[in-house]
Amino acid sequence: MKCACATNYNTVRMMADTGSEEIAVIGNTDLTPSELENNIKNTMVEKGTTLLKRMEISVAEAEKRTGKNAVSMQETYTVYLIETRAVDAASEGANPAPDSLWRRYSEFELLRNYLLVTYPFVVVPPLPEKRAEFVWHKLSADNMDPDFVERRRVGLENFLLRVASHPVLSNDNIFYSFLTQEQSWKEVVFETGFQAKADSRLKALNATFRVKNPDKRFAEMKHYGDELQSVISQLLRVRARVADRLYGVYKVHGNYGRVFSEWSAIEKEMGDGLQSAGHHMDAYAASVDDILEEEEHYADQLKEYLFYTEALRAVCRKHELCQFELEMAAQDLTSKKQQREELATGTVRTFSLKGMTSKLFGQETPEQREAKLKTLETQIEDGEEMVKEKNAECEEFVKNAWVDIERFKEQKDRDLKEALISYAIMQISMCKKGIQVWSNAKECFSKM
Amino acid sequence: MSAGTPKSLPSSGQKSIQEVCHPLSAEEPVLPPSPDGGSTTTTKDLSLPNGNAVDTSSPASSSSLLNRLQLDDDLDGETRDLFVTVDDPKKHVSTMETYITYRVSTKTTRTEFDLPEYSVRRRYQDFDWLRNKLEDSQPTHLIPPLPEKFVMKGVVDRFSEEFVETRRKALDKFLKRVADHPVLSFNEHFNVFLSAKDLNKRQGLALLSKMGESVKYVTGGYKLRLRPVEFAAMGDYLDVFTQKLGTIDRIAQRIIKEQSEYLVELREYGPVYSSWASSEEEALQEPLDGVAGCVANCCSALEEQTEDMSEDFLPVLREYILYIESMKNVLKKRDQVQAEYEAKLEAVAFREDKKTPVPTDVEKCQDRVECFNADLKADWDRWQNNKRQDFRQLLTGMADKNIQYYEKCLAAWESLIPLLQDKQEAKVETN
Repeated sequence: MKCACATNYNTVRMMADTGSEEIAVIGNTDLTPSELENNIKNTMVEKGTTLLKRMEISVAEAEKRTGKNAVSMQETYTVYLIETRAVDAASEGANPAPDSLWRRYSEFELLRNYLLVTYPFVVVPPLPEKRAEFVWHKLSADNMDPDFVERRRVGLENFLLRVASHPVLSNDNIFYSFLTQEQSWKEVVFETGFQAKADSRLKALNATFRVKNPDKRFAEMKHYGDELQSVISQLLRVRARVADRLYGVYKVHGNYGRVFSEWSAIEKEMGDGLQSAGHHMDAYAASVDDILEEEEHYADQLKEYLFYTEALRAVCRKHELCQFELEMAAQDLTSKKQQREELATGTVRTFSLKGMTSKLFGQETPEQREAKLKTLETQIEDGEEMVKEKNAECEEFVKNAWVDIERFKEQKDRDLKEALISYAIMQISMCKKGIQVWSNAKECFSKM
Repeated sequence: MSAGTPKSLPSSGQKSIQEVCHPLSAEEPVLPPSPDGGSTTTTKDLSLPNGNAVDTSSPASSSSLLNRLQLDDDLDGETRDLFVTVDDPKKHVSTMETYITYRVSTKTTRTEFDLPEYSVRRRYQDFDWLRNKLEDSQPTHLIPPLPEKFVMKGVVDRFSEEFVETRRKALDKFLKRVADHPVLSFNEHFNVFLSAKDLNKRQGLALLSKMGESVKYVTGGYKLRLRPVEFAAMGDYLDVFTQKLGTIDRIAQRIIKEQSEYLVELREYGPVYSSWASSEEEALQEPLDGVAGCVANCCSALEEQTEDMSEDFLPVLREYILYIESMKNVLKKRDQVQAEYEAKLEAVAFREDKKTPVPTDVEKCQDRVECFNADLKADWDRWQNNKRQDFRQLLTGMADKNIQYYEKCLAAWESLIPLLQDKQEAKVETN
């Protein structure tokens, strides 16, 4: 379902993240002056294809560091090595060493917050979880656990690749600096002044307000986001329990290994068969560790989309906010116009305190009335301007946001389908291993 | 026997084996000593000196002779002449009680049976009667076990299909083991069990008392000086073996429990995919429903496998544990018989002054010991062989069930792949 965009900015076509695209970023004259300025400041000099086409990006390593934090306390934290290399340099066969710098998780968070605020119409890719959740085994709940750190490294790389292949986000200057500018990147981010916006955004997202005429598509999308979040959470929870139980089943079989070995000691002809079968039972019990380790990748893929739902909801909420502000402005205008009418005709159509007081304390003087009318006229003029602005904002937002939502939907369908296929392949591999082990054991038993 | 045990008195003369009564028989047939001093270990024909054929159907017959003559483990059907099957369970409801009977079918060419075929109905307590009779009349032999007698009402449904089927299999095995035994299969009680129309009437009769219902052992507290090595080894083996079987039983039970809990979670897992599918559009809906279907298939496969373990694997293990219990009792009895003999021998040895011939009761004891040992040894070997086959079958069966479970799951997941991938490829093409 592609959006039919009518206004004079370029169509953003949704294709595969790494596919070719002719995309121009928002160089759109319908933007408000402030927003336009912002974008020009933050877009790269080169428009065109996404960053990923021109640059290799990876999060190559993770390391532990200790240092003093803001309150001068010793803390241990992990840093991640970001490596970048220009694509054309590599293709020429030169294969130069990549540029690299180290970043903490908190810096990734900062980058993401900046993107959320600056591009409210984009479903911004999520970061991997800060703390391990939905764990099936108590061990891996530890943030310092090497497996967790490794999976987080992969997740952070995934985040960067997603941003770098996004038609809009990949052209952001701050993002580019994040990848390339080792020193004082934080200062540069704060200089954009996004913090101020961040606070008001957060407030708006959490506020309760009723919108009279939301765009139906966004309402549906928000509902879908809620459902998806709920169902993926449930899925991850149950999957973790299933993994726990599966672990138990496999491990108990290891006990067969021991008892068969002990039993074989008192047997003559049966001894060898029993002993070898016992070894296979041990192998069977041990095989579950790899099986479950692999399944964690699947869980991570699901988690990414679980976190994506938050970004999706944020975009829908932003639309509601825009719409709400428009409605408020329109409402305000209507009431002002009504006041003008009342003042002009002297009739009170609706109850108002002013009307009551004027009834109680008598009519105003013609001069007072004239003054009031003039004020109202100015206010109405401003109001109309405001409504026009808000309307444009809303339309603009709806168009941009819907384009990105469509892109997101297709990406999600593709990715999750791939995830399900790879899950099925994992199950197939597990079944084949099981058949192998039991066939081996059966052979040993038959030789007893 | 090593130093410390009294030297055995010389026997009163070689007797041919036919003339030797079974030490446990009450009867004492008086037979003239054999003219030839032939060894008791060989014989030419099975006949008494008076020309009558040896009555092989009596418990008092020459059991050890038959053991040696009979081919051990005659598994080929050609040499087998007695086939027994237990099947067709039926529920009987009367005013007094409700119980199950089983059809016991026999096919035989043995002359001990009047007819070549029999079909009778028996209930558990009839089997129990038979086993008790066998234990009493053949105390030197290893009697196969019966499935457990008592089941906790309320815990197990005595009339459920699974319970009845498990019991039927065990009863069938019991009769087959008896039928395959070269001595037990000729037991008169066994014959009656297989052929009599109404067993209840027979049970009361002292029909076979004349043939020598054995005397209950006087466990006069004789202390055994030294157990022969081979019997000590048997005892040790049984002790360790029963321990290992107990461990295997516990492991199997634990596996069943873990699998059941795994199944509970799986049953919740599949439907989550279905509910997810309902909020998606076609592109994702089909794969999600597909996964839900696969998980459901795995659930039923697992359920089947767990049931099989409960119904086929565990009962056989438990049966063997019971078997070993009764075997240990037989070993104890053997020890008692030996101890009694040694005690009597010692008592006689003190009476040095009297040059009387060896008292017959001491001789009887000696024969008892020797017969018991011979019977037990032969039965032990047979038991070891059967045990090997039984466990080979049991464990390969268990492996098979697991293979089948994984094969079912594999088929389910493999059928999903082409479904998903086709759509994927098709989509790419249209783009």
